[in-house]
Amino acid sequence: MSDVKNILLAGVGGQGTLLASEVLSEVMMMAGKDVKKNEIHGMSQRGGSVTSHVRYGEKVFSPIIPEGEVDILFSFELLEAKRYLPLLRENGQVIVNNLKIAPPSVALGKQDYPENLAEEISMQFPDTKVINGLDLALEAGNPKTVNTVLLGALSKVLDVDYQLWIDALKKMVPAKLLDINLKAFELGRNAA
Amino acid sequence: MQKVILSGNEAIARGAYEAGVLVASAYPGTPSTEILENITKYKEIDSSWAPNEKVALEVAIGACFGGARSLVTMKHVGVNVAADPLFTLSYTGVRGGLVLVVADDPELHSSQNEQDSRNYAKFSKVPMFEPADSQEALEFTKLAFDASEQFDTPIFLRSTTRISHSKSIVGLAERRSDLPEPKLERNAAKLVMLPGNARKRHYVVEERLQQMEEWACQQRFNRVEKGDGKVGVITSGVSYQYVKEVMPEADVLKIGLVYPLPKQLIRDFAAGYETLYVVEELDPFIEEQVRAMGIKVIGKEKISICGELTPGRLQKALFDKTAPTEDNSPELPPRPPNMCPGCPHRGVFMELNRAKAYVTGDIGCYTLGFLPPLSAMDTCVCMGASIGTATGISKVLSEEEQRKVVAVIGDSTFLHTGINGLMDMVYNQSASTVIILDNRITAMTGRQENPTSGYRLNEQETYKVDIEQLCRAVGVEHVKIIDPYNIKLTRKTIREEMARPETSVIITNRPCMLVPRDNMDKRMPLYVEHDKCTGCKTCLRLGCPAIAWDEKNKKSNIDKIICVGCKVCQQTCGFDAFLECE
Repeated sequence: MSDVKNILLAGVGGQGTLLASEVLSEVMMMAGKDVKKNEIHGMSQRGGSVTSHVRYGEKVFSPIIPEGEVDILFSFELLEAKRYLPLLRENGQVIVNNLKIAPPSVALGKQDYPENLAEEISMQFPDTKVINGLDLALEAGNPKTVNTVLLGALSKVLDVDYQLWIDALKKMVPAKLLDINLKAFELGRNAA
Repeated sequence: MQKVILSGNEAIARGAYEAGVLVASAYPGTPSTEILENITKYKEIDSSWAPNEKVALEVAIGACFGGARSLVTMKHVGVNVAADPLFTLSYTGVRGGLVLVVADDPELHSSQNEQDSRNYAKFSKVPMFEPADSQEALEFTKLAFDASEQFDTPIFLRSTTRISHSKSIVGLAERRSDLPEPKLERNAAKLVMLPGNARKRHYVVEERLQQMEEWACQQRFNRVEKGDGKVGVITSGVSYQYVKEVMPEADVLKIGLVYPLPKQLIRDFAAGYETLYVVEELDPFIEEQVRAMGIKVIGKEKISICGELTPGRLQKALFDKTAPTEDNSPELPPRPPNMCPGCPHRGVFMELNRAKAYVTGDIGCYTLGFLPPLSAMDTCVCMGASIGTATGISKVLSEEEQRKVVAVIGDSTFLHTGINGLMDMVYNQSASTVIILDNRITAMTGRQENPTSGYRLNEQETYKVDIEQLCRAVGVEHVKIIDPYNIKLTRKTIREEMARPETSVIITNRPCMLVPRDNMDKRMPLYVEHDKCTGCKTCLRLGCPAIAWDEKNKKSNIDKIICVGCKVCQQTCGFDAFLECE
């Protein structure tokens, strides 16, 4: 049977999911695995629903994760986690940022943002980790490091050498932001 | 060999570099845009944005006639624009190799239709390669240049969204340095396509396709992968990956050159199976040709012509009606893309809505003006269509209804093909109003430079088209330039020009708020003074992502982190509740 592991990143345009999926793919390549990653982009507007598929293993064919075979749903926002839950395996895991971003219909007062999502997701998938990404990013010193905090949390549950994450961050994060991102990564890793 | 992770688009750019390409030209279009953006990394290549795909191809043709290898890239609908030179280029053939990359968009992730470009290969008699991952995207790009010169023909390289925007591991090689120096060389019988010359070239084209078909049967890019021998599958491109995922035991004929098809290879392969599938996205392009050879296959009677394939969809179509697909997500508040906070288009669309205008729209960020609550777009067909459509619809309306018609078009789209529509509008004396939303960038595809931006693809400063003077030059007498952040002026101008019984143009002059070099002065974000807010919800009609309704307090709120201080909301509020942060 295939040893391919499937991670679905979900979030809202502008949250930095793209960079997170880049770092994750780089780490897996450095770990000697075949990697494929796919995302839909092209709309520069902020605020749309964004997903990125990352698959790695001995040999990966499809760049998109077969439906129902997501091992880890890695979401930067609660509603987006809920949206993609049906793609998760039965015994899959969720890592979710404890953050609500109101979609347009909610902002216009036409629909309600669903209540108690974190609890609901944790009930359905007992392995769920809810991360207070923004708090930890602020603790690291920059609210824009939420994606690195979350990567830190993800790194805790993946079976890859710790040093590879640090090497990938050094390679892909701009030098002047590196220290703050390394701190954010540690805070996220410890929180998971 | 150095290994890196590249997207299909990055790999095509790298392939062009390794192939020794000297000139690359394109008009941006999702999912093809990043090819040229990545080519700028290679200083050996002269890369540039053209005003439209036809010009981009003509630039590549010129470079190829000069003896250089040249690349041109576009999205699927771009080929419609470039089709005129393409079909005759097929007759002239090339001097330096010429490869046209076309990126299709099955599923319409960011497009207005789902046309299958493989049909263009057959129609224009231009051979077409189709890679299945980034490594092949790089290799096929190089192969395409070699084949272009070997067979004296332009070559298509077809990608799709899932190939262009997927990343996978790629091995890199050196750039070719043994190509002949470009220089002038006359060959009028081949390059001047008058009837007498072209008639002869048509025979050459037909012969070339025949030769390529035979050649393709012997090449590694068309290959058989043995499984357990029970069923056979003919497939290509990203569909190949889904076949390997869903039918790992099947014998597979993977086609790398989708036109002309390797007929003998297909015949030999097909002979071995009772059950033979053709798995392809969109049209039954391979299937119809295989059937025409008298071979029985299973294809589009099971696999939909509409939309893209996924592993789940393929599983469901062929074998398992209960296979999960992504369509079973619960009913949750949707999250469509939206114009950015501070986008200069927002106020214009709110005013068009209030003026009850009938808006003929166009392709760009402003197409989002269609979405509620702005809801101010009534038609959108293709690049540049807004102006011609406005002229045409005005011809058949009463004078009263004519006044409602407003064409809306962006700066890049206006130069792409809108300008021709404006000439017609003036020449044939239509009374419509045109709004040119000049944000000085091609924003929708990710902010590319264009002839109105004052910069080239390589960020070098250059001449800037003066849109106002251009409109006047084609004969528009009434041209007004407005600041779209000034709502009162925007409202007044739109209403005045709509009422005017002559052609008029309104140009909005605020740059895209995402372009740092043109960004407005650092402004303070706003906040809502709750004592003044009456909860009338007028500001919500802007649909600004920074404004949200607070259901508990029945007031509006502003998200200070994303508010950029454009103050359009402040001007819509009748109660002075929007104040600047200190």
